[in-house]
Amino acid sequence: MEIEEHFFRHEFGRIVAILTRLFGVQNIALAEDVTQDAFCRAMETWKLRGLPKNPSAWLMTTARNRALDILRRERTVRVAQPGLTRFLESEWTLVPTVEEAFSTYAVKDSQLRMMFSCCHPGISEEAQIALILHILCGFSVKEIAQAFVSNHAAIEKRITRAKKVLAGSTKLFDLADADLPVRLSAVLQALYLLFNEGYHGSSPEAAVRAELCQEALRLMDLLLEEPALVTPQSHALAALMHLNAARLPTRLDDSGNLVSFFEQDRSLWDHKLIAKGQALLDLSAAGTELTKYHLEAAIASMHTSAVRGEDTQWEHIVSLYDMLLAIHPSPVIALNRAIAIAQLEGPERGLQEIRVIQDLDRLSSYPFYPATLGELELRRRNYQVAAAHFSTALSLARNPMERNFLQRRIASCRES
Amino acid sequence: MNEFVYLYRGYEESASPGDMQQKTAKWMTWLKELSDKGHVKALGEPLLPGGMVVKGKKKQVIDGPYAEAKDLVGGYSIILARDIKQAVEFSLGCPIFEDGGSVEVRQIRQLD
Repeated sequence: MEIEEHFFRHEFGRIVAILTRLFGVQNIALAEDVTQDAFCRAMETWKLRGLPKNPSAWLMTTARNRALDILRRERTVRVAQPGLTRFLESEWTLVPTVEEAFSTYAVKDSQLRMMFSCCHPGISEEAQIALILHILCGFSVKEIAQAFVSNHAAIEKRITRAKKVLAGSTKLFDLADADLPVRLSAVLQALYLLFNEGYHGSSPEAAVRAELCQEALRLMDLLLEEPALVTPQSHALAALMHLNAARLPTRLDDSGNLVSFFEQDRSLWDHKLIAKGQALLDLSAAGTELTKYHLEAAIASMHTSAVRGEDTQWEHIVSLYDMLLAIHPSPVIALNRAIAIAQLEGPERGLQEIRVIQDLDRLSSYPFYPATLGELELRRRNYQVAAAHFSTALSLARNPMERNFLQRRIASCRES
Repeated sequence: MNEFVYLYRGYEESASPGDMQQKTAKWMTWLKELSDKGHVKALGEPLLPGGMVVKGKKKQVIDGPYAEAKDLVGGYSIILARDIKQAVEFSLGCPIFEDGGSVEVRQIRQLD
């Protein structure tokens, strides 16, 4: 029997969440230690004996027994969770309370509480994402540092500091709390950033990036299983993730080179994901609030619904970008809007729009800013100017994949 | 066929869940291949670290074997091979070497 992909990582996240619920958020380090211990036992046993019939149940039982030992022995742990203390104090209720924490419903609930707790306002957005990946997705500090092309010490510091904030809160976030809507927005933003890190991020490894997108999708699905969290905004973000994930396989060619959006093979897009994304987008069209997720998902859907590149309704896309800029001014969005205008009205118009972008200086280290200038100049047959822009972009490129892509663009300027 | 014991020596350092999954899968694949070829008599058992040593005429009881973590026996399997040479050959695919551990290959003395 084969081990399911990412089984260890996902089970790790589940068990840490359950144990933190039982031990109290102040004891999150203990929850992590106990989980690590259960996994070491699993590995040592399974590598010789093979997988048990139900590996997940095996791990849960091991963790549950350890939790019972600790709760019987350590009074400080029993009193750490005010809501549960009186059930943990008596042997009569201890066992059923611990059993209950390992039930299917409670496992989901604990993961959601953990997800919402990681998005504490005292923790920066980038630390929230690192914490989610570490605690809920079972990635080690080293693996997170690799995914973000950051150094180990920096990520470790970020996670340690975030865990301190987490352990300093009195309890895990309760979905019945009054500030649920505010916290939900923070959670959606974190999942959005996590997905984008995978989609546009700087890691040169396609596999790593696909994994980050998958994790964001998995946590999003988990969130949508809880009725209290199903809002038009959640549906819109889920739609956006599905529609973009559908295009993930064509962003790289067989040799791992970046493929320009206009040259992607649309027949390779994942049509199941597109159908699901479209259904989610329909569900998001409820209520009165129009969020950036709605607009970005609508733009993605304009692309996925065009059978051929030339069928794309650029006019509609430009107006969606107009709305997006109005609610969420950002030079990157303005740049994408300019690209859409160039598609609709020609490269000169695109360049004009780029020149009037507000806060253009914020794009100064973004390689796709000069790359876009290069692309539009190339279409105007200003080959030398185009090549110069691509060279600037090349000096800003963040990984070998981007460098390779830009070198090929420079070569095609020279050939023309 | 003769019987041999593989004594796996060396405990692994703590690993990330992703690494643990890879290691587990590698061990399972290695033993399954040997087993499919009819060379595994018993998959064996993992051993917990620590333990006691009882020794001498005075039956002195000491905490744990003396060995360092890298020399501690972490488990065993029983293998069927023609001779020690073949038994050693079969051990070469063991994933323990990637973590700096070792396999002690010992022939079981037969009664006949």
